[in-house]
Formats: sequence, structure tokens, C-alpha cells
Amino acid sequence: MNIINILEEIEKVDGEVYERLNPRRAAMKSFFNMGKKISLAAMPLALGSMFQKAYGQSTLPSGVVDVLNFALSLEYLEYHFYNHALLGTDVTFTYPTAAAKTAITTIRDHEKAHVDLLVGALGSSARTPIAYADTDFRAGGTFANVYTDYNTFLAVAQGFEDTGVRAYKGQAGNLLGSPVLQTALQIHSVEARHASHIRQMRTAAGSTVYKPWVSLGASGQANDSGVAAVDAVYAGEDLTVQAGANIVGIGGFSGITKAAAVESFDEPLDKASVVTIANLFLQPGKKLS
Amino acid sequence: MTMKNNELETKSELQEKSLFDKTVGRRSFLQYAGAGAAGIALVAAGCSKDRGYDNPTMSGATLDFKDDFGVLNYAYALEQLEAAFYIKVANSNTQFTGTNAAAKKAYFQDIQFHEIAHREFFKAALGTAAIGSLEVDFSSIDFTSEASVLSAAMAFEDLGVAAYNGAGPRLKTGTYLLLAGKIVSVEARHAAYVRDIISNGSFADLNSLTSLGANNASGLDAALTPDKVLAAASKYIKTKINVINL
Repeated sequence: MNIINILEEIEKVDGEVYERLNPRRAAMKSFFNMGKKISLAAMPLALGSMFQKAYGQSTLPSGVVDVLNFALSLEYLEYHFYNHALLGTDVTFTYPTAAAKTAITTIRDHEKAHVDLLVGALGSSARTPIAYADTDFRAGGTFANVYTDYNTFLAVAQGFEDTGVRAYKGQAGNLLGSPVLQTALQIHSVEARHASHIRQMRTAAGSTVYKPWVSLGASGQANDSGVAAVDAVYAGEDLTVQAGANIVGIGGFSGITKAAAVESFDEPLDKASVVTIANLFLQPGKKLS
Repeated sequence: MTMKNNELETKSELQEKSLFDKTVGRRSFLQYAGAGAAGIALVAAGCSKDRGYDNPTMSGATLDFKDDFGVLNYAYALEQLEAAFYIKVANSNTQFTGTNAAAKKAYFQDIQFHEIAHREFFKAALGTAAIGSLEVDFSSIDFTSEASVLSAAMAFEDLGVAAYNGAGPRLKTGTYLLLAGKIVSVEARHAAYVRDIISNGSFADLNSLTSLGANNASGLDAALTPDKVLAAASKYIKTKINVINL
């Protein structure tokens, strides 16, 4: 339980957090007492409600609300994508190993935890929940066999995870100075861990090697996934100049090739690009704006 | 207030009354005493304006967290450590085993170049503000042993993730925050990979990262403050690292 750490972190960006909490000391006290007995699974909700009490919904800046709701939409999508792969009656592929199914379960559970955390933090500002029926992971037929072919499922999974990493990165600047930045960063790197593992699962399931990190494509293109339909997920990932510094061969190290330079830095994706990608997987009328 | 040397290397020195009275108020002392760790000299807060940087006998590297340069130098220090480790792995010709031995060797070489790229990037970006080269101490790692190397790699990568996640909120400039974000997800990919070759499926075992600030129930990765990260890294660093304005 790192509630104390979280409060310490908030204090760094909001030196008045304890003052904010002070008038509600009774609520805080009951929260901590509850924390001792509350189940871990219920913790995100409790945490979210505490933040709401501390900041009040009206004081959560609308920009932060927008970022969190955007993140929440993506987390709903990811959650349903994996949850259906585990429970859907129309899923006909079989997991090659028990470990593979366990990994998907682990990822599904994290996405659910992220949904719960964000819903809790947003309180009544949270967007309308996305139901599985609102989604279309076959993307209008582009991935018609996503739940019948394991390799297609993993390819789409890789696209989701790599997009998630880019989306959070793209929003970090909008959370500068906000107490929720730390939490967003902690979700961001979990998505990167997922992406790394999904890429290894793809490698294990087929004859093509997908590095755990985003590299250059076989023909030197930005998309290294081998799936042209997800080019938008990797647009701009082949950047080799960072803050004006050319990473290729930097410091005289010839081993830092273009591919190595691309792999060394993951790139952000702006909101509009992420929305376009996410909308491929949402039913008409349910798309993000 | 002028002082020749404000470095307080041990708790006993911290508690030495004359020095204590001169350098730091009680509140700051209490704040920092809890953060003390072997191998790291924590310099009392509040003295930065008077610090004698020109002291010719002063050695080590100072991380001054008063601004973004301090945070970037902190990242530079950690990237130096990581790069040195993977270079040592390559030079030690560590024998990887198993059916995926060749892939492991190739990926460790990939990671080596990623970490060198990160190190060189920070060095270039910081320019004259960059701290010097750190002297490392890898005597606790057996580079002839794959298990020892993997275990150390996992520790470095998980700690790197915790460090970036914990330091991100300190950054005041969006550009730097984004750059840190570009790097931390690569470190997380490394961490997941190394974890999986140690134990497949442990890529995001957040329960095992609780001591680094992770929270599995909320699906949150590791995040640690710089003092805790440097304490954990101190056994690998010979150079004295002075932390101020944390």
C-alpha cells in the first residue's frame, strides 16, 4: 500500500494538499482506518473518492478532466479487448500455453484496475462507461479474425499497447504540475511492460521476430509491426533527433545505428491521432470526438 | 554565511551540534535524517546559496534539484550507471544459455546501445551543466554468471522505471517531461523483457515491485523519490553523490 507515498508525491506538486485535507480530517481519519481493513481490490475506489474529497470536483481543472476521460476511454477499450478474448463465446482460437492465457489475464486485470482508478479519480466527471457492445474489435472487417486467429489477436493487442504508451506520453505535458501526473506516469510504464510482453508473445507464436521495443520496420519504415493496417499507430516512431541532438552515432558510438536510435526513444502521439485509431474499434454513435 | 565544506557524510556528522546549528534548521534536519543512506552524502537543505563549489578538495558529483537541470543530471547519472553495466556485460562475454541464448545476447547488445544513447543524449543536452563521469562499482555482480547478470539487469531496469516515474513530477518544463517519458517507456520495455527471461510472465508483476512504489491493485508501476533511488543504487556507485535541494 503506497497511499502515504502518493500523499507525499502530491505534496511535492501541491504543497497545500494537507491543508486541503485538513478541514476534512475526520474523513481522512476514517479513510486511513478503513485502509487497514479494506480489501486491496477496493482500494482504487477509496483512493479516488479521497482525492475527490480533497480537491472537490469543481477544482479539478477541466483540462485534467479531459485528459483523464481520454485515458479512461482507452482503458475501457483495452479492458474489453482482453476481457472478451478471455470470456467471449465467439472466441475460437486457443491459447498455445497456460502462460499465454495467464499473461492476457494479467494485462486484462491491469486495464480493469486503470479503469477503476480513473473512474474513482473523476467521480461524477467520469465519462459514460464503454460497454463491450459499444466496441468493434474487428474494426469493420479489417481484423475480421481477431477472435478466431491468435496471431491476429496478438497483432491487434500490440497495436493497442503501443498506442497506449504513445497516448499517455502525448498527454503528459497537459498534466505538468498536476497531482495526477505521477499516477499517469505509473500507468504509462505499465502499458510499456505490456507492450514488451505482447511483442514477445507474437515472436513466440510465429516465425517473425518482434523486438520488445519499437524498432524500424523491415523496409526501414516507422511501423515495425508487420501489419500495414496499423501504420497510424507507429507514425513518427522513427524519429532520430531528440531535442536537437542527432541520436544516430551520438558521442561517436557507431553502434548506435538508426534502428538503435529509433528503439532508444518512444515517441508520443497527439490526441487527434489516438482518437482516429481508437475510433476504428468503436461502433458508430460511440466514437470519440 | 560562508563555509568551506557543507558535505555531511554520515548521520553522526549530521548530528554534530556545531555543524548542525550552522547549516540547517531542525525541521530540515528531520526531513533529511530519514533519507540518509550509506554511500550517499546528503547535503543539508537551505545552504545552496552559500555552497563553496570552488572548494578544490571537493570531490564527487552534486545533484542540485532546485531546477530541471538537477533532475536531468540525476537521469544522466542513472543512465551512466546502466550503460556502464551493459558495456561490462558485453566486455565480459557473459555466456547466455538456453535455446534463446543468441536472442538474449543480441537483445542485451540492443539494450547496451539504448543506454549509451540515453547517456550521450543527456550529456549533450546538459552541455556545461552536466555532472562528470561517475565511477561505478560492480564488484557485487558476477559477470561470468548469467543469473547474476540477469538479476542485476532486472534491478537496474526496475529501478530506472521507478526513478523516472518518481522524478517526472519534479520537472517544470514540458519538453523535459516529454523526453523523460520517451525514455522511461523504453526502460519499462527492457524491464519487462529481462523479467520475462528470468521468469516468463513476470513482465509486470507489480506485487514484486511494491518496495519500489508499485501498487498492483491500482495497476500502477514503480515510482520512487530520488533519495530512495540513489540509496538503492549507491552500492554500484563509487563516486560520492551529493544531493541538495531535494
